[in-house]
Amino acid sequence: MNAPAIVRLPPRPPAALARLRCLSCWIVAAVIALVVASFWSLDLRWSAFLEPDARSSMARFLSEFFPPEHAPRFLASLLAAAGETLAMSALGTLLAATAALVLCLPAARTYPAARGLLRQPMRFVLNALRAVPELVWATLLLVIAGLGPMAGTLALALHTSGVLGRLFAESIENAPPDAGAALRIQGTGEARIFLYATLPQVAPQLLSYTLYRWENNIRAATILGVVGAGGLGQMLSFHLSLFQMGKVASDLGAMLLLVLAVDLASYLVRRRMAQA
Amino acid sequence: MPMVHGPHALPHLPLQSPRRVAPLRPPRQDPAWRGRLGMAVLALALLWPALQASEFRPWEMLDAHSLSVAGRFLAGFVPPAHGSDFLLLVAQATWRTVAMATCGVSLALLLALPLALLASSALSISSLGGRMATGPAVLRLAVRTALVVLRTVPELVWALLFVRVVGIGPTAGVLAIALAYAGMLGKVFAEILESSDTVPARVLLGNGSGRLQAFFYGLLPQCAAELTSYLVYRWECAIRSSVVLGFVGAGGLGQRMDESMKMFAGAEVATMLMVFVALVALADALSTALRRNLR
Repeated sequence: MNAPAIVRLPPRPPAALARLRCLSCWIVAAVIALVVASFWSLDLRWSAFLEPDARSSMARFLSEFFPPEHAPRFLASLLAAAGETLAMSALGTLLAATAALVLCLPAARTYPAARGLLRQPMRFVLNALRAVPELVWATLLLVIAGLGPMAGTLALALHTSGVLGRLFAESIENAPPDAGAALRIQGTGEARIFLYATLPQVAPQLLSYTLYRWENNIRAATILGVVGAGGLGQMLSFHLSLFQMGKVASDLGAMLLLVLAVDLASYLVRRRMAQA
Repeated sequence: MPMVHGPHALPHLPLQSPRRVAPLRPPRQDPAWRGRLGMAVLALALLWPALQASEFRPWEMLDAHSLSVAGRFLAGFVPPAHGSDFLLLVAQATWRTVAMATCGVSLALLLALPLALLASSALSISSLGGRMATGPAVLRLAVRTALVVLRTVPELVWALLFVRVVGIGPTAGVLAIALAYAGMLGKVFAEILESSDTVPARVLLGNGSGRLQAFFYGLLPQCAAELTSYLVYRWECAIRSSVVLGFVGAGGLGQRMDESMKMFAGAEVATMLMVFVALVALADALSTALRRNLR
């Protein structure tokens, strides 16, 4: 009988202090450098918060919020503005979902062997739509559509269709291909395959993305008013510029309530969809 | 349904020639048409007031006056401004925008991590034995409410409030991003921690480790990739937010954009729009690379 063989492992190299080929280490170093450079290059004035009169001025500023304005006539105008904001966000999201449903098809490879000639150009268009923030779209559209909530609605729709188009395209590419492949073998046209095989499978996810963007858009719609696109934001910036802090407090309260209500509605719809 | 086995399993079918079997008639009408029609009518009824309230009249954009204004503005876009002075100015503004977003998100992370650890029920010692005790439950509810308030107030509103204290400048913008994003990051981080596999952390807690130890050794190793990926996504969003904050005087690309818009300088606007697209594409590529590396 031989003695049991002893497995000799090659000696481990000493742990390197820094591995030059470790990509993650380089990324972490770059992130730290970016953060340090950012703090260093901005002229941040934290000392303004430490000055003796800063606390009193902040306290005075906050105390001006009370009592919030609650005259019935003001509350009625607040309600109208909240309705305008709600309509802007809902309509903008709906327009965006419709546009995204059209734009996502060229941007997706609907089946693995598809040629997808338009895929890259369409993705570029969607990225460009998404890259420009809603507020910037709104300032551009104010020139074209004039002051008012329509410019805000279109601005929300443009930015959101970029976001949703990309998400829709990705969920179409990730959909289970079997049902579509079965129809494709039978010689069914691509439009019908999308309507009867792909869309029913991805519809819940598309709806869930749309609801999520609606939650985002109600927040965005409240601030669009600051550049003159109507709704609660317009009242807020108007009252802030006149230093009517009681009214500002009511505006902020209305924004909070509206955002929370939309969040709740969207949560309830999504929970019901998850149960169904 | 009782299962029948054996040779008599088949029911006795009357013997028929195939021809006499009634042909399968698919319904000519959509069987669910009532529900669909009802939903469509309801949707239109809801849509109508929305169209009214948002003064949605796109055809007004097509009259001669609007078209000529829009045409003149858009004609100014080509060629985009490319003077070296202007490009230098845009580069500085771009860096300022990115730096504001980076500072804001780093501060938000510093604020969000402790809040997420406090809010997450995955690190609750009292709930090891079943229900969470009242004190910790109330504390978690309070932290969650604070997170809701932080993220519900839009960052632009935070900025408008801080501008009153620190004056015009990047400080208000950075603080606004920090607070609003701390709310978002805290909530999502807490949810990521709760949706992960909490068994290792619970075992550690049950054996007497501290909450931080349970977090670092039980939860963080499995959640790190997801947490980082969400953080990078939020950084991209923060770049857009910091552009928006420029419009209220925080400086950077937003402020330049506001100035150019007020002067109707289409060429400058075009250049800056191209910078936006490039910035977001860059952040996108970075986040894809990071996510691939973390897997």
